Amino acid sequence: MNVTVNGRPREVSAGATVASVVEMLDVAPGARGVAVALDGEVVTRGRWADTELREGCLVEVVAAIQGG
Amino acid sequence: MSEDPLRIADRTFRSRLILGTGGFANHELLAQACRAAEAELCTVALRRLDPAVRGSILDVLDEVGVQVLPNTAGCYTARDAVTTAQLAREAFETDWIKLEVIGDDRTLLPDAVELVAAAEQLVDEGFVVLPYTTDDPVLARRLEDVGCAAVMPLGSPIGSGMGICNPYNLSIIIERAGVPVILDAGVGTASDAALAMEHGCDAVLCASAISRAHDPVGMARAVSLGVQAGRLARGAGRIPRRRYAQASTPEEGVPAFDVQGISS
Repeated sequence: MNVTVNGRPREVSAGATVASVVEMLDVAPGARGVAVALDGEVVTRGRWADTELREGCLVEVVAAIQGG
Repeated sequence: MSEDPLRIADRTFRSRLILGTGGFANHELLAQACRAAEAELCTVALRRLDPAVRGSILDVLDEVGVQVLPNTAGCYTARDAVTTAQLAREAFETDWIKLEVIGDDRTLLPDAVELVAAAEQLVDEGFVVLPYTTDDPVLARRLEDVGCAAVMPLGSPIGSGMGICNPYNLSIIIERAGVPVILDAGVGTASDAALAMEHGCDAVLCASAISRAHDPVGMARAVSLGVQAGRLARGAGRIPRRRYAQASTPEEGVPAFDVQGISS
């Protein structure tokens, strides 16, 4: 299944979830200051594990940085 | 200053300087500047996660003991700003958001139409919205009307260090506002922060003037003292401006030193 993660095309296995993408990015479980949007909708942390990706979906994984 | 707290929504702060964290060379310098500024509230931003980055800014700010104020920097539409605010709520576990909706990438000036739309929606969703706005008193009032917890007019464009370009507009915003007015953007040095407070701002947000100074920690202290000095001066009341001198030494009883002076 082809998806886009943070602007880059990625191939993931069928049944991949938001949690598997986060894991793919080397984010430690429970890492602070991380949030995910799937096709422009926020997926709360509690739903990462059971939110499955769809073919062609856009995943944005964001983290805290200095700014403002 | 502890007997003169800043109140925004349901929180109280002793410090009237909000530190923007953008532009610091590293986390250690940021931590030192935070302490020197005696800041209690610091902005943070969200960007695509970079797996190469080690250590979170949140751990640094936690260690210093400051609260975080996420922003929506880089958003050009109400839609993007709302989504970014929702991500920030998830990432930082706070309903507070410094709302920025930019209309132009050279001036980084706010897009008034998108800003009000985003503010209205975020207030409806339960956010405590602190919008970065122009120095237009009408726009500031509209933002207050839709339920923003404060208004954050610019003194001049972000990072320009031009100070307060239109003190008259800023004064009008302050006179009419029913929510705290926080000067955001334009501070170039400590005196700009002092002036903002003398005009009656409730607080100042400062980033570039500190983070891009030759000595960021020294400037953090200076801006903090500027904010405190301006606040005290505002309370004490400046004398009116006049075009001609008014002697501060009594004119009566001046001795005369020549005969003509005695006879006249």
